[in-house]
Amino acid sequence: MYYDVTIAGFGGQGIMAIGNILAEAAMREGKNVTYWPSYSAEMRGGTANCTVVISTNEIGSPVVAFPISAIIMNLPSLKKYQSRIRKDGLLIVNTSLIDQGEIQRDDVDIVKAPLISLAREAGNDRLSNMVALGIFLAKTQVVRLDSLFETFRIVLDERYHHLIPSNKKAIQRGIDFVTKLT
Amino acid sequence: MKQVFKRPESLRDVSFHFCPGCHHGIIHRLVAEAIDRLRIRTKTIGIASVGCSVFLYDYFDTDVCEAPHGRAPAVATGVKRVHKDRIVFAFQGDGDLAAIGTSEIIHAANRGENITVIFVNNTVYGMTGGQMAPTTMLGQHTTTTPRGRSFLGDGYPLKVSELLATLEGCSFVARVAVNNPANVRRARKMILKAFEMQVNNMGFSFVEVLSACPTNWKMTPLDALKRVDNELIPYFPLKVFREKTIPDKL
Amino acid sequence: MNDSRKRLINGNQAIAAAAIDAGCRYYFSYPITPQSEIPEYLSLHLPEVGGTFLQAESEIASINMVLGASAAGARAMTSSSGPGISLKQEGLSYMAADELPALIVNISRTGPGLGGIAASQGDYFQATKGGGHGDYRIIVLAPSSVQEMYDLTIKGFDLADTYRTPVMILADSVLGQMKESVVMGGRKKSTPTKKDWALTGCEGRSPSIIKSLYLDGDKSSEHNRKLFEKYQRIQKNEVICELNRCKDADLILIAFGSAARIAKTSIETAREKGIKVGMLRPITLFPFPNQQVRDISTNIKDILVVEQNTGQMVEDVLISASENARVTFYGKPSGNVLEAEEILCQIERCMNKVGT
Repeated sequence: MYYDVTIAGFGGQGIMAIGNILAEAAMREGKNVTYWPSYSAEMRGGTANCTVVISTNEIGSPVVAFPISAIIMNLPSLKKYQSRIRKDGLLIVNTSLIDQGEIQRDDVDIVKAPLISLAREAGNDRLSNMVALGIFLAKTQVVRLDSLFETFRIVLDERYHHLIPSNKKAIQRGIDFVTKLT
Repeated sequence: MKQVFKRPESLRDVSFHFCPGCHHGIIHRLVAEAIDRLRIRTKTIGIASVGCSVFLYDYFDTDVCEAPHGRAPAVATGVKRVHKDRIVFAFQGDGDLAAIGTSEIIHAANRGENITVIFVNNTVYGMTGGQMAPTTMLGQHTTTTPRGRSFLGDGYPLKVSELLATLEGCSFVARVAVNNPANVRRARKMILKAFEMQVNNMGFSFVEVLSACPTNWKMTPLDALKRVDNELIPYFPLKVFREKTIPDKL
Repeated sequence: MNDSRKRLINGNQAIAAAAIDAGCRYYFSYPITPQSEIPEYLSLHLPEVGGTFLQAESEIASINMVLGASAAGARAMTSSSGPGISLKQEGLSYMAADELPALIVNISRTGPGLGGIAASQGDYFQATKGGGHGDYRIIVLAPSSVQEMYDLTIKGFDLADTYRTPVMILADSVLGQMKESVVMGGRKKSTPTKKDWALTGCEGRSPSIIKSLYLDGDKSSEHNRKLFEKYQRIQKNEVICELNRCKDADLILIAFGSAARIAKTSIETAREKGIKVGMLRPITLFPFPNQQVRDISTNIKDILVVEQNTGQMVEDVLISASENARVTFYGKPSGNVLEAEEILCQIERCMNKVGT
């Protein structure tokens, strides 16, 4: 099996965090994985993106020009990446920050999700990244939910450990959102 | 007959190559005496710098590492961090320490590196042929200030001891001269004290030695001695600028 | 297989962890991106094993602290990126002359000048041709995975001690920032060799001197010849390169580091299309695998060199390749990272020429 995803948005949206969680979970399932981050010089507010490749074979390039899937958290990222997603791939768009009219692809599976509202419903509107991860998981089943949960204590900084229950709730909210779509 | 004068054990039995009237030889001897006195020769690692001082390894009967120009305090830092129980000293001239190595000396001092630096200030680049040094006096003619050093364009002679004395990391900062017997005796005491600071883990210790360079000053050795008194000392006063008290050992 | 010894870390962290595992206890550096994880990791973990972490006032001071620590007999290391590595060249030249071992890590930037922190192989010339003043070389290792960042760091310390020479790990932000699973430790422990030349104070022996000044012409020639003979020994004994799918290949792609890693995907895709392409990946950049390139280009005439720069390693390939070889170069200037698809295009273009 081979799967890759590009996750992109503003710095501070937790882009790198969900990339790390996904990569760590895949590794724990015995798969080969690469995680490649790219960000601008600012600590906050700049653009941030990362690419995760998961495969049962040896992974060549960690850099993926044309990803199978993308989680897009803001408008600049949509403009940059939507044309690059492979045909029949997956595009998850944060409609809390992006006008749906900006979506131009009709040959990929598109999930339009108001991530901030969904995160608020789950109890913390800052966890839109986790909602997105839940959606991604439900759509792709590329890793198991329990593997994902196991990684929290490793990937998240200790000062955020008290937020682990709310993170789990936000992921679950994402999963439920997909279930209701189908 | 009773022997009253001999070569310090820490110096090798070779002749100095220094020019007639140069003070390097005296300063080498005073450093060697301090090492002998503290019985640390086989624990000492010297750091040679670039310039006339590079030949430290030909004269000192201790381990010696050569450093790139100006970097002796950084090299000394590396050595000392590995061998905390050894005595590490750097021997640097004014071009080396006060120009190209300004950054290294200030930060080694500020970190309070437990090393000793002997700074030979003869107001000129000696080995390269008498060019202007950061410590060259105003009006002094050198091969690169043929009309004399002017503060317009060349700046003022740098007072390194005064600068370093402001840094908390320094345990001892003093300026001495070796142009007459009284000054030599005082210099011997100060250099010994600087090494004692290191032996007692007091942090960075520093002695600036005003030194004559008759060749590049284009003077006779005797006139050079007078110049130290008449021109250098009034601008570079002989003084202990900073001295921490070594706590009495129980 | 789920291996509990596996850890997901980035390339910079792998280098830092490997340094500790290799017995390095002295690290001196100055901050610069994109290698910050190395000092961050070591500032936290070196003191735990009794090691020394010192953030120096400058790149120049840090390499000279490494010089001092190495002269004192310790395994020592520094890391930086392009502009910082330029500043360290003075110290590197002295260390090559003084025959002092140490590990220097260059996670390149996209220079010249300040450049950026994106992908770059622009420091190949600087790393492999000496870099500083004088006639010398240092061993240069080019990892292309996070596991290799770990393994080659340990090997680098061993090579440095064996040959009494600085060794450089040359990588870029692609390898420094990417995370992969790494298996650490468990291998044969690297042990620092006994260094009877080290400065320790001359208790019970005659004083030792470490220096590079030889004013006497004969002595200077003799010293430089000694260094030259060492580089010849290194060239003879230490070449490492990976040959991948070369046996039946019509075209050999030559690339190192991040470019080689990305090209692996291009080669896989090409193979799926029935194009017979293989790869020669130099892992030691100095010593360069001259003989391996010569041998392979005697059998397979078409060579494609791919670099994340405008043409540096290709010069070594041209020197090494057999007279009949046809060497094509594809370089992408430092900055935007190479893409597997553009390398695939180049492979296809080369294949159209094969047999003509």
